[in-house]
Amino acid sequence: MISQKNLVVIGNGMVGHRFLELAVEAGLNHSFNIITFCEEPRYAYDRVYLSSYFSGKTAEDLSLLSKPDYYQANGIHVHLGDKATLIDRAAKTVTSANGVTLSYDVLVLATGSFPFVPPIPGNDAKGCFVYRTIEDLDAMKAWAAKCTTGVVIGGGLLGLECASALKNMGLKTNVVEFAPRLMTVQVDDGGGALLKNKIESLGVKVHLNKSTTNIAKKDDGTVDKLVFADKSELPTEMVVFSAGIRPRDELAKSSGLLMGQRGGVVVDDNCRTSDPAIFAIGEVALHQNRIYGLVAPGYHMAKVAVDAIGGAPKPATFTGFHMSTKLKLMGVDVGSFGDAFAATPGSHVVAFTDSKNEVYKKLVLSPDRKTLLGGILVGDASTYGSLHQFMLNKVALPPNPEDLILPVRDGGKPVGMGPEHLPDAATICSCHNVTKGTICDAITQQKCMEVGAIKSCTKAGTGCGSCVTLMKDILKYELKRAGVEVKNHVCEHFPYSRQELYSLVRLHSHKTFEALIAAHGTGLGCEICKPTVGSILASAWNDHILEKKHAPLQDTNDRFLANIQRDGTYSVIPRVAGGEITPDQLIALGVVAKKYNLYSKITGGQRVDLFGARVEQLPFIWEELIAAGFESGHAYGKALRTVKSCVGSTWCRFGVQDAVGLAITVENRYKGLRSPHKLKSAVSGCARECAEAQSKDFGIIATDKGYNLYVCGNGGMKPQHAQLLAADLSEAEVIKYTDRFLMFYVRTADRLERTAWWFNKLDGGMDYLKDVILNDKLDICAELEREMQHVVDTYQDEWKTAVNDPQKRKQFRAFINSDAADPSVVMASERGQPRPATWDEKVEIMSTLVPT
Amino acid sequence: MNTATAPAEAFNAVATAAIWTTVCTLDDLIPRTGACALVRGKQIAVVRPNDSDQLYALSNYDPFSKAFVISRGIVGDKGGIPKITSPIYKQGFDLRSGQCLDDPTVKLPTYPVRVVNGQVELLA
Ligand code: SRM
Ligand SMILES: Cc1cc2nc3c(=O)[nH]c(=O)nc-3n(C[C@H](O)[C@H](O)[C@H](O)COP(=O)(O)OP(=O)(O)OC[C@H]3O[C@@H](n4cnc5c(N)ncnc54)[C@H](O)[C@@H]3O)c2cc1C
Ligand code: SF4
Ligand code: FES
Repeated sequence: MISQKNLVVIGNGMVGHRFLELAVEAGLNHSFNIITFCEEPRYAYDRVYLSSYFSGKTAEDLSLLSKPDYYQANGIHVHLGDKATLIDRAAKTVTSANGVTLSYDVLVLATGSFPFVPPIPGNDAKGCFVYRTIEDLDAMKAWAAKCTTGVVIGGGLLGLECASALKNMGLKTNVVEFAPRLMTVQVDDGGGALLKNKIESLGVKVHLNKSTTNIAKKDDGTVDKLVFADKSELPTEMVVFSAGIRPRDELAKSSGLLMGQRGGVVVDDNCRTSDPAIFAIGEVALHQNRIYGLVAPGYHMAKVAVDAIGGAPKPATFTGFHMSTKLKLMGVDVGSFGDAFAATPGSHVVAFTDSKNEVYKKLVLSPDRKTLLGGILVGDASTYGSLHQFMLNKVALPPNPEDLILPVRDGGKPVGMGPEHLPDAATICSCHNVTKGTICDAITQQKCMEVGAIKSCTKAGTGCGSCVTLMKDILKYELKRAGVEVKNHVCEHFPYSRQELYSLVRLHSHKTFEALIAAHGTGLGCEICKPTVGSILASAWNDHILEKKHAPLQDTNDRFLANIQRDGTYSVIPRVAGGEITPDQLIALGVVAKKYNLYSKITGGQRVDLFGARVEQLPFIWEELIAAGFESGHAYGKALRTVKSCVGSTWCRFGVQDAVGLAITVENRYKGLRSPHKLKSAVSGCARECAEAQSKDFGIIATDKGYNLYVCGNGGMKPQHAQLLAADLSEAEVIKYTDRFLMFYVRTADRLERTAWWFNKLDGGMDYLKDVILNDKLDICAELEREMQHVVDTYQDEWKTAVNDPQKRKQFRAFINSDAADPSVVMASERGQPRPATWDEKVEIMSTLVPT
Repeated sequence: MNTATAPAEAFNAVATAAIWTTVCTLDDLIPRTGACALVRGKQIAVVRPNDSDQLYALSNYDPFSKAFVISRGIVGDKGGIPKITSPIYKQGFDLRSGQCLDDPTVKLPTYPVRVVNGQVELLA
């Protein structure tokens, strides 16, 4: 049946798309022909995560459509790349730039907003940009490739995101802000100062109180510098305006709809404009004199409009929205919600500042101090989700609300803010209006056991993403409450944890994956269990990992004994035990790097990395390195990486032991040991700790009387200091306890669990570990030492074996039927060294190679 | 059409009718792994999921990383569907259809493959 009535939507952005989804859910596509005008050349995409386009996401990745043919499948007609140019309200028609004229019964304006470009002379210089669409980003990217410096005008939420993007493109980046602080809308003076420090520590220079009066151009019309009211200047090659948004209300205005004084289409609580047949939603709509520049209120408006158009029995209404935001920059935690500036008469403020740790937290309390009205978090926004919920749901505050933001002292207990305190009606995801009750149902009724499943089931967490942490907490709590044992099975092929598989391998002396899966698993295996079992077999029996029976188990890095890079080439890292290297070895590295045109870099692990080797070159490169006395550095394996050292007593005036000597001994002892995750170590010659041993899985620090052994430290994502296992040890004791410690870890840790994580889960903590390793409480130490000695005795240089065994060497070819090189690997040059060509640089060759 | 190509164009896929090409022997393929064959400019991952002579052939191009690496992935199954996992960002692909198991919008081209007298032949 073809219906006669037309529902026309102008604008296919985030809110326009959400409207269409909700319209389909409500069945409006059966009572209306739905037609939408989409000015941009592609369907709606996720503008909130636009910046990720710079870090590798493609336009397709950002698409908001659940399926590419979502619109067609639901009978929605889209005029792609066509802009509506005229609304004739008397005739009830819309006309477009491509010349389409359509009549409408109901019209929805979802035209969003455009970036405001301040009227500064020179704002049309070449090299000036705005930050709103994928096309804007393409233009910025192309221009930035030729620049070294850039400026963002505007230090708000978007400006900072944009600055971080420029920074990531390698530009020296500046932010210029008119006001005396950053993020003026969300953050007060107290937090602003900290925020500035944080942003500057990311390498972005911040200029406050700067009013730009002129953008000077070069002769060729490109931007030259900014000139400020105080006469100071800032040279730059690129400018991005991020000085606020303005509603795209030109169509509405020319059709005579009621407008706000400063723009925006006036709507009522049903999102209806002054013309009852026309609705406005998203950033173009003005409700009670406010424009909402965020997705969550826009999504709510979409729901309100669908209810009104469909005549829902209990229609939702729009009565304003709590503004809350969290900055999405890595390493800068900022959250702001509700009445952050204590504008409510009689409200109270409690605030906490810690300048050393750069944390600022502020809560705004109701006059009776019983409920939370808003807050600001800078430096640590981990409680953003819970506090935001306290506000939204008017949860009664504890007697001393300041406890919610004060750091917990040793022995103290954090004040309860867990998900159990929230009522079922609490809205967890404001973007998609999902309550805690709905999420709990998804978990208990629909058996969603992971966040991903809850997301696809309820849509919660798929908007701005700020509610995901809280969702995880709810999931954890609900699973625990339901008595669901959070299973530790490695994957669908084995009903066992890694620890259990390790025991099975030892107990039944399984020597291959095939034997193990036949006896204890099902199916063919996968990318999770195969490398896990490969690693267990290597820890236990120490065969060469490229034996025909083991090769299929190895992750690509182990499979080719080198680390794969983004273009499919590999990096080569020879071992440099303790960081000690002879001049001849340095020369040999240089000769090889030059001969094979490899990018050379000193790693963070005191050795040299050579990048850009094609797979068929690897054995030839290694043949030469082996001839020069090098062996595999296992940078590709979950295995011992490096043992860093400082120069120690041999040279350093403070050193008390030979740190280099011990580091070399330790590195040579444990090299080749396969473990649940990579292992790192260091030896320092005295307490000054120049080798940073306390950030290692096991670290050794020299004392007057011998060595202190620290264990379970971590750098990386979540740094953690190692803890003292035993003090003033002899060298032999260091080795003995390290043998035991490492083998105990290999036996009991989960897959991909570094020692620090493993330790944090260990019941009994350090006292227990000491009992096992030093006092042999479990009566296993002799066994652990024996197992380690087996690994040490059976060590072989994996690369030497591989190049000398024709069967293994054959595996290192690009093609099974040709000695040719992969033509898609193309190098460009930067700072005098090779680097992988970007897609744009090699687009011509790729277009002939990529299958269509 | 003229099929004589200049050497520089040797890698370019020439739009001629597909023909069977011998690429290696069955024994050259280690069971439970893949290898890449170069057939008239096309890079094709040939996968041997078990000890038998059952083979699959699909494009070696990984659209997620934009690199030619599929053959270097781990071979296994997901709920009984035989698959290979991209070594770069770990998406799985159904060996039979090339369908990506983590993203319904992505599908790799597949190619007919057969074993004749111990020789592996591809139609491409
Ligand atoms: C090359 C190097 C960076 C450099 O140019 O300096 C590097 C490069 C990589 N690191 Fe690293 N890390 C390097 C030193 C470090 C250090 C510093 C150190 O070891 O003293 C750290 C922090 C210390 C630590 O691990 O506790 C470090 C913490 C990480 C992490 C985070 C680990 C964590 O527990 O949080 C990862 C990710 C992972 O392993 O899951 C990682 C992963 C990686 C990977 C393997 C990422 C990948 O999968 O492609 C990189 C590939 C190396 C390659 O292709 O050759 N890299 N990485 C350094 C090699 C050292 C070496 O000689 O072997
Ligand atoms: C970089 C960036 C980061 C952001 N981060 C966040 C965040 O963290 N949290 C948050 O809540 N919000 C964030 N936002 C804001 C969020 O993206 C917007 O609130 C949201 O996109 C508004 O949706 P909309 O549909 O109203 O407007 P838009 O998404 O802009 O869509 C409007 C569409 O209508 C089209 N259009 C306009 N006029 C016409 C016409 N006449 N004919 C046809 N089509 C027309 C436009 O081309 C556009 O495609 C961010 C925005 C940006 C740019
Ligand atoms: S740790 Fe001590 S011995 Fe080693 S270099 Fe530093 S000061 Fe010298
Ligand atoms: S609150 Fe935005 S995704 Fe849930």
